[in-house]
Amino acid sequence: MLELGPMLRALMRNKIGALLIALQIALTLTIMVNAIFMMQERNRQMARASGVDEQNTFYLSNTVFGENYPLQSALARDLDQIRKTPGVVAATQINAIPLSGGGWSMGLQTKPGDDVDGTGTAIYFVDTQGIAALGVELLAGENFSESDISWRERSSNKWPPKIIITQTLAEKLFDGDWKKALGQTVYINNHDPMQVTGIVKSLQSPWNGWDNTEHASLVPSQLENKGSRLFIRTEPGRRDALMPQIEKMLADNDKQRIIRNVKTMTETRAESYREHQATNNILLTVIIVLTLVTGFGIVGLAMFSINRRTRQIGTRRALGASQWQIMRFFMLENLLISSLGVVLGIGGAIGLNIWLVSTFAMTPLTPGLLLIGCAALLLVGQLAVSYPALIAARISPATATRGRA
Amino acid sequence: MFSYYLKLAWLSSKRTWGMSLLMVLAIALGIGAAMTTITVNYLMSANPIPQKSDQLFYVQLDAWDPNDPYFDNGDPPDQLTYRDATALWQAKKAPRQSIATGAAGVIEPADKEALPFMAQGRANSADFFPMFDVPFLYGSGWDEQADLNKEFVVVITAEINERLFGGKDSTGQTLRLAGKDFRIAGVIKRWQPQPRFYDISTGAFQDSEEFFVPFSLMAEQILGQSGNNNCWKPTESGFKAYLDSECIWTQLWVELPTKADVEQYQSYIDAYADEQHKFGRFARTRNNKLSDVMTWLEQREVVSEDASMMMAMALMFLTVCLLNTVGLLLAKFLGKASEIGVRQALGASRRDLFLQHLVESGCIGLAGGLLGLVLAWLGLEAVKSMYGDWMAELAVLDVNMVLLAILLAIGSSILAGLYPTWRACQVQPSQQLKAQ
Repeated sequence: MLELGPMLRALMRNKIGALLIALQIALTLTIMVNAIFMMQERNRQMARASGVDEQNTFYLSNTVFGENYPLQSALARDLDQIRKTPGVVAATQINAIPLSGGGWSMGLQTKPGDDVDGTGTAIYFVDTQGIAALGVELLAGENFSESDISWRERSSNKWPPKIIITQTLAEKLFDGDWKKALGQTVYINNHDPMQVTGIVKSLQSPWNGWDNTEHASLVPSQLENKGSRLFIRTEPGRRDALMPQIEKMLADNDKQRIIRNVKTMTETRAESYREHQATNNILLTVIIVLTLVTGFGIVGLAMFSINRRTRQIGTRRALGASQWQIMRFFMLENLLISSLGVVLGIGGAIGLNIWLVSTFAMTPLTPGLLLIGCAALLLVGQLAVSYPALIAARISPATATRGRA
Repeated sequence: MFSYYLKLAWLSSKRTWGMSLLMVLAIALGIGAAMTTITVNYLMSANPIPQKSDQLFYVQLDAWDPNDPYFDNGDPPDQLTYRDATALWQAKKAPRQSIATGAAGVIEPADKEALPFMAQGRANSADFFPMFDVPFLYGSGWDEQADLNKEFVVVITAEINERLFGGKDSTGQTLRLAGKDFRIAGVIKRWQPQPRFYDISTGAFQDSEEFFVPFSLMAEQILGQSGNNNCWKPTESGFKAYLDSECIWTQLWVELPTKADVEQYQSYIDAYADEQHKFGRFARTRNNKLSDVMTWLEQREVVSEDASMMMAMALMFLTVCLLNTVGLLLAKFLGKASEIGVRQALGASRRDLFLQHLVESGCIGLAGGLLGLVLAWLGLEAVKSMYGDWMAELAVLDVNMVLLAILLAIGSSILAGLYPTWRACQVQPSQQLKAQ
């Protein structure tokens, strides 16, 4: 049968050594499971769609410094020129860029009143080509028409009568049923009514870490602003060629302003999640290195204990133990130690998770992940010990009779 | 004796080179990871103005929505309304006070060939410069009269001065900014407090500004305001209404040298808030705060969660590496039992043996520490390239960190060596000799 008795006795003679490995495995499991868990959380955030046609869109900042600059007519001229450029699908002025980190938010409520709690939403001021330029999908209702677009003067606080909102925001405002939202009146600034004339499938806010990041609204206005942005969507594959072309066209036809910050949505996404990505890379490195350190530690200790037991192993071989039995002995020994480590590690992982949840506002760990972590570490232990065990198995039975220096 | 132990350590390490290498590598990896994260945390939580951080106070008033606190934990808003900040600034109840907000504008170089460019700036009152010990290269800041008269004066950075004036003293010259002519009052040396404590509303590790202009110009709508702007109460249309609104976008710092000054100022802002309450504002319960620099940075948690979480992870990682080392050292020292027996039989005392093995552990630690420093440097370079520019000054090893790394490495490896050493000294010489 399995030689559990002798194995335990052998282990008890080197309690500390075994305990050290077990502790190492426990800590490794603790760190590994929590690190993977944190990576999963970040990956989930990064995987959310912005709703924008990211592959084929870019934007630029238009900063005016000339005095008495005709903002409204210049905007019309710029948009007209861009829209006429071959390869451009649509273009709009916009006040903020999804995922970029800077923007405008307001509260919407279904009843007027100062004491009603509003639901936060990002506000994007766009014109008739807003939906087409962003590439968002209109689920219900209709796009803004030319006559809906108002000219919003600087420091104005007037809101146009129409608004298009995202599905998630509609569900939040109208008890989980976005279809009910169409045609309804919502209130902005506590009292100003706006009618929901359309619902878009998804459009994220400029802030990727915001709880309400799926809440966004399109408002049909053009802004009187010396620092505005233009958002442009191109035909597939033509974005990169059109970017410098449009930048140059705009810069050349007007010296009273600077065109800067010409950027694709792909870059914006990468920048937006740069820290997430970096943290994930570091966590992944930690997991790999940690597993290697633990694995090599097991190899080192196993090699040492096999060296010390060369004669015993030889004796066992001489007494008829097969190579496989010797190997099995060490593999099983490791399994025993690793199991102890894993059991301790489960406690540690949950403990650390509780601490992380309370300190860094994370959600609790899933049991599935913990189980996978346990299995992975048992496997690492077995893999690590297999080479020393193989060496042990190859010890010749003759060693038993030879003296050792 | 010490050199003899060193020699013994060297011989012993050579004999079991695989194990020694494993230990050095494990310590190096642990130290590398720990030092990378400790450095980032250490620099993030650094005191940006140590000489007077306990005399500079950030003012917070709570004129926010009576139905909904600004921060979930009840802290007052992190900025002030224009009207409150201006009122407190004008009252001059502190020896020095600096009112400020972010600003941005286009600079047009005098050289018509050069392209105009966008610059980030700060609109602040005169006290800003002496309060925060801003270092001047040429000229100086402006005086209070310039604030009150809304003069077009500007302080620029050495970088802008280099770009526009070839690095020569440009004070008194004209800078075309936001479509107006500004008189250059001074040029400041490179000044990048980390964290940028005086304005953390858009992130604590932003670059410092390229130009500074009087705050009073903000009311003239010449420069664009940049930075955060939060409103809870609907406002009327028009810029005048905006200035009078409950929108928060202004910051106020006061310099209060003594404890008595602090108490006086606190009662002053409380009285101010109570008075405003009578006019129907400040509907929330009295919630006005004065925080010195470090308290303010802690309250707003400028050390990012990721950074402290990574440090926790890295320290646990170091623990794993040390456990690894303990196990390997134990194996190694016990493997030397016969040698220890011989040394004891030849007259070495337990103390000698103890020292000998501690030296050996220490050497492994030192080697691991040095290699760990190289890894930490590599780690910081990786952090810089992955996180981007704002990390550039937060990922630098200084003398303190190098010393800490070496001490941590030697200290922890000696600690790791204690138990194995103790076990090694328990060897019975007679048994070992018999076994030969």
